[in-house]
Amino acid sequence: MTRRGWRKLGPGVAKFATLATFVVLLAFPFYWMLIATFKQNIDLYTVENNPFKFNLPPTLDHLKLLFFETRYVRWLGNTALVGVIVVIITLLLAVPAAYALARLTGRWGQRMGIAIFLTYLIPPTLLFIPLSRVVAVLGLQDTIWSVVLVYPSFTIPFSIWLLMGFFKSIPKELEDAAMVDGLTRFGAFVKMVIPISTSGILTVVIFTFTLVTQEFVYALTFISPESQQMVGVGIPIFLVRGDVYFWGSLMAACLITSVPIALLYNTFLDRFIAGFTVGAVK
Amino acid sequence: MAVENRRLGFAMFFPAAAYIVLLIGGPLILAVMYAFSDARIGNPGYHYVGLENFRSILQSPSFRAALRNSVVFTVVAQIVVIVCSTMLSIALEKPFRGRKFTRFLILLPWVAPISLGAIGWKWILDSIYSVITWVLIWLHVYKPYGAPMWLGEPKLAMASVILVHCWRLIPFSTVIMLAGLTAIPKDIPEAASIDGAGFWRILFRINIPMMAPIISVAVLFGTIFTFTDMTVVYILTAGGPFDSTQTLPSLAFATGIQGSDLAAGAAMSLFLIPVLVLIAYFMLRAAHRAEVT
Repeated sequence: MTRRGWRKLGPGVAKFATLATFVVLLAFPFYWMLIATFKQNIDLYTVENNPFKFNLPPTLDHLKLLFFETRYVRWLGNTALVGVIVVIITLLLAVPAAYALARLTGRWGQRMGIAIFLTYLIPPTLLFIPLSRVVAVLGLQDTIWSVVLVYPSFTIPFSIWLLMGFFKSIPKELEDAAMVDGLTRFGAFVKMVIPISTSGILTVVIFTFTLVTQEFVYALTFISPESQQMVGVGIPIFLVRGDVYFWGSLMAACLITSVPIALLYNTFLDRFIAGFTVGAVK
Repeated sequence: MAVENRRLGFAMFFPAAAYIVLLIGGPLILAVMYAFSDARIGNPGYHYVGLENFRSILQSPSFRAALRNSVVFTVVAQIVVIVCSTMLSIALEKPFRGRKFTRFLILLPWVAPISLGAIGWKWILDSIYSVITWVLIWLHVYKPYGAPMWLGEPKLAMASVILVHCWRLIPFSTVIMLAGLTAIPKDIPEAASIDGAGFWRILFRINIPMMAPIISVAVLFGTIFTFTDMTVVYILTAGGPFDSTQTLPSLAFATGIQGSDLAAGAAMSLFLIPVLVLIAYFMLRAAHRAEVT
C-alpha cells in the first residue's frame, strides 16, 4: 500500500483497535463474573479445564445459595433503606442551601459555594477514625443509623454544587413574576423553582443513591454484625467464610448488584460530569 | 429587600452548613487532637503527648513502606490513566453505530461499586484458579503449577493494585476528557485540515494541547481517588504480602481501627492532608482561570 493510503487508513484502524482493546480490558471482570455465576463448582475448581467455556452444564446453585442461604437479600434491604433516608436528608438540606447560594447571597455565596465544593475533596479515609468514636459515643455503632448519619456529609456538598449550577440557569424573571403576583421569595422558591427543577433534583437523588451503594470505608468501620451490613461490605467480607471463598455466589452477587447501579448511574452520568468539570470546561 | 434576601439566604443555607461543619469540620479537628494524644479504643480520656506518635510512626518500616507505596501507586496510575484515557476519548469522540453501548461497557468499572469490582479482580488474580495463569500456561509461558501467585509476591501484588486503580479510573478520566473535547471549538482543527494537516498532526499539535486544562482536572480528581483509597488494597491484598502493598489509608485502618491505636492511626491519616491541600490549590486555580477567560 502507498504511504498516502496508510495515512488515510491509519486513523480508522487505530480507533477501532483502541476501542476494541479497551472494551475487552475494562468489561472483562464483569464478563468473568457472569461466567462464574453459572458454572458448577467442579468446573470452576478444576485447574485443567478451559475457563472460558462451560465444561459441565450451567447451574443455578450459586444463585440459590446466594438468595436463600446468605444474608444477601437482607443487605440489599439495608442498603435500599439507608439510600432512601440519606436521599431525603440530602434533599431537605441541599436544595434550600443551593438555592440560597445561587440567588440570595451574592459574592459571599460564591465563596461559600467553592468552600462547599472543597469539602467534597476530603476523603473518608481522613475522617473514619474520629467518626468511629463519634458514632460509638452516640450509640449508633453496629447499626445502619451510623451510616445514615455520616453519608450526608459527602452527599450534601456535591448535591449543593450540582444544584447551584442548575438554579443559576433558571431565568430570574420567573421568580420576579411570581413575586409580583404576591408570593414571597420563599413561596416563589417552593411553588415555582422546585417544580421546574425536577430534573436537577432527580439527578441529585440518583447521584446520592449510587454513592450510598458504592461506599465501603465507613460501612466497614462502623458496622460489624453480619445482619446489619450494607451490600458493598457484606458481599466482599461476609460471603467469605474463614478462608473459603464461595466464588460462584460471590461473583453472582457482584454482578447482580453492580449492573442495576451501573445502568442507573450511566443514564445520569453526563450531568455528574458537568458537575465535576464546572469551571474547567467553558 | 436585599437585607430580607440575605436573611432568608442565611436561614436556607445554615442547616446544610451546620451538618457539614459538625460531621466534617468537627472530626477533622478531632483527628488532629487524637494524633497528639495516646488515645486507644476502650481507653477514654485525653492525654497530650506532643509529637510522640509522629516520632514513632516515622521510625516504623511499615509506615515508610505505606508512604512510599501511596506516592508510587498514585503517580504510576495517573501516568497510565492519562495516556489510556486520552487515546480512548479521542477514539470515542465522533459518533458511530453502537457508541452508546460501547460507552456503557467502558464505563462499567467506574459506575459499579468499587468493592465489588475489586473482588472480581481477586477472582481473576486467584492464586490457583486465575484465568491469567491459565492463559499463560496455555501459551506455554509457564509450566503447569509453575506460574507465580499474582497477589502473593510483593512486586506482582503492587502491580496488581496499580492495575485495578487504572481499571477503575480510565473510564472516569475518559468521560471527563470527552466533555472537554466537545468544548474545543471545531473550526480550529477544521481549518488546519483544510490547510493540509493530517489526522495525527492535528491530534498532537492541536487537540492534545487544547485538552491540557481538562486533562489536568482529570488528573487532580484521579490523584485524590487513588491517594486516599483503601478499598482496592484492603480487598485485594489487605496490605500484604509483608506490607508490600500497604498504603497510608490502609495502614491507618489496620492501626487505628483493627489495632485499636486511634492516636497512631489518626497521625498516619494526617499525612494525606498536604496532598489534599495541594490539589485544592490547583483546583481553585483552574476554576479561577476559567472564570477570568
